[in-house]
Amino acid sequence: MNKILALSALRPGESGRVHHLLHRGPMRRRLRDLGFIEGTPVRCLGRSPGGDPAAYAVFGAVLALRDTDSGQILITKGGDTP
Amino acid sequence: MREEPILIALAGNPNVGKSTVFNRLTGLRQHTGNWAGKTVSLAVGSCESQRHRYTLTDLPGTYSLLAHSAEEEAARDFLNAGQAEAVIVVCDASCLARNLNLLLQILALTPRVLLCVNLMDEAARHGLRLDLPLLSKRLGIPVIGVSAREKSSRETILQALDALIDGPLPRPRCLPQLPPEADEDAVTAALLHRAAALCEGVVWQSDLGKPRRDEAIDRLLTSRWLGYPLMLLLLALILYLSVLGANPLSDALSALFGWVELRLNALVAALGLPDFWRGLLIDGAWRVLAWVVAVMLPPMAIFFPLFTLLEDLGYLPRVAYNLDRPFQRCHACGKQALTLCMGFGCNAVGVTGCRIIDSKRERMLAMLTNSLVPCNGRFPLLLTLLGLFFAGGSALRAALGLTGLLVFSVVMSLAATRLLSATLLRGQPSSFVLELPPYRRPQLGQILLRSVLDRTLFVLGRAAAVAAPAGMLLWLLANLSPGGVSLISRCAAALDPIGRFFGMDGVILLAFLLALPANETVLPVLLMVYAGGTVLTAPGDLQQFHALLLQQGWTATTALCVLVFCLFHWPCSTTLLTIRRESGSLRWTLLAALLPTGMGLALCALIAALSRLLA
Repeated sequence: MNKILALSALRPGESGRVHHLLHRGPMRRRLRDLGFIEGTPVRCLGRSPGGDPAAYAVFGAVLALRDTDSGQILITKGGDTP
Repeated sequence: MREEPILIALAGNPNVGKSTVFNRLTGLRQHTGNWAGKTVSLAVGSCESQRHRYTLTDLPGTYSLLAHSAEEEAARDFLNAGQAEAVIVVCDASCLARNLNLLLQILALTPRVLLCVNLMDEAARHGLRLDLPLLSKRLGIPVIGVSAREKSSRETILQALDALIDGPLPRPRCLPQLPPEADEDAVTAALLHRAAALCEGVVWQSDLGKPRRDEAIDRLLTSRWLGYPLMLLLLALILYLSVLGANPLSDALSALFGWVELRLNALVAALGLPDFWRGLLIDGAWRVLAWVVAVMLPPMAIFFPLFTLLEDLGYLPRVAYNLDRPFQRCHACGKQALTLCMGFGCNAVGVTGCRIIDSKRERMLAMLTNSLVPCNGRFPLLLTLLGLFFAGGSALRAALGLTGLLVFSVVMSLAATRLLSATLLRGQPSSFVLELPPYRRPQLGQILLRSVLDRTLFVLGRAAAVAAPAGMLLWLLANLSPGGVSLISRCAAALDPIGRFFGMDGVILLAFLLALPANETVLPVLLMVYAGGTVLTAPGDLQQFHALLLQQGWTATTALCVLVFCLFHWPCSTTLLTIRRESGSLRWTLLAALLPTGMGLALCALIAALSRLLA
């Protein structure tokens, strides 16, 4: 069993799989529509010059999320790279 | 075949070229931007195929129909109302799985759907191959692949649409079966799993190296050390090219307009018009109009295409990404950076663009602070003063100076945002997702057409429409002199003590007040009032203008104060009306006018006091 950590903890180049979302309300829905559902592979592509937000590859697209938001997306590290 | 037009809805994720498809089909020009959520209202157009007439409604770009943002509700309501005979769903070939999520949701509402997989050329460039016949078989609906930027795509889409309308009702056979008691999470998961399964064997990645190209570019453009410098460099480069190219063009236009004025004068003399009318029409309307065009057209004709090029390439979302950290610290939304970028073109457009921000508080922050960045109409005054007083005729120094002023305006806009979010608009930043779309090969012909027609001529037309009547009004004010002193001199004299306190003079304040309908007219108003009786031979002759300003007692301090006040003063009337419409509140509109004015006056007073102290 892999350790569960927050998406925001991924370093650029690292990847993992979505485990579950702590978000509630509209943001949960929005993130799930964009592909953040259980088992989806995600990869951290890099961080903006200010250090936050970071860019993630998920479901064939590149999305930027602030750490406060990606901190509530829990993932397991490793797995295939999207 | 004069039948009633058939209603068709156009749906799709943001940024999949949906508006390009719409334009391709209807021929109706409609601005498309390479960022999410540009289409915020429903655009309608019509087109004709060999068999039918169609009315197309371009729905707002959405990722889903199930969430609760304004765009998604608009799209869902339209589809639910069942007016549309058929729906064209536009997808991005490079991001098929996520796009199919929306398609599946639409198929649950209506079966007559045509899936139009767009950007096939981009996908091929990224080394992707798509088996669309297989996808069509799996979905049970017609699927076509197009590159909407190519002319031939129109025929492909219309043929498929005709076939869909005349053919039997498709029977989609791919919808996930859900128990009625399934909760939201189960629905989203089922949809996405089905979307992923549909793509299995349909999408082939033949070359793994190519998709990494975008990532490499992004690593450079958003890197920790180079992200900001590259952004500044690009801005300075665009401004430099605008200034460099604009100077000879302006000179040529000035010479041309001077020649026309001579001819006009001769004509008026031949017609025997009284002096009053000659003054009103030529010294008033014509001269101000000529000034506005000669000074404004050249930099705009270069700046707008270059800016549109960056937009088309997909660079603007990266700007928002790079700048998000400062906005976050101001408790604002990162998309505010996008609306600021639009504000550089036109503040009214920037304010309308604030609709892409979901949170009401953050939208208000963005609207109130938008006019703190100068729109294109203010660039000529900034550039002219920089050139006359600080750059010594060097295009490079003028461009660098303007870059500095623009950066300063962004910093002040951020400061105002921070101030508002700590006082009137308190709150925590809300969650948001910013999509960084793939870099796209820009459509050069389209860029020229759109930036020249849609933007340059629009802004110029607006300025000219205001400039000619304003010129006549000014001439009247300058030439009606009850009691021997012209009206304009009286107003200027009344304002003079206030102007002096802020490092300017009464004429300058009056010019800014009179330029409320369009910022572009500050320069000609100044000229008009200062010149008074003297006749300027060529509109746009800057050396003459410089001499005139020095004669009126202008110093570097005056010029600096005018520069600052030009950046920060009340928004133009169009912007104010837009803020009124978007915020629905007179009080917020008033604040939007008072905030920049207060900041500008405070800065000017500071500069004036410092210069008095040092002198």
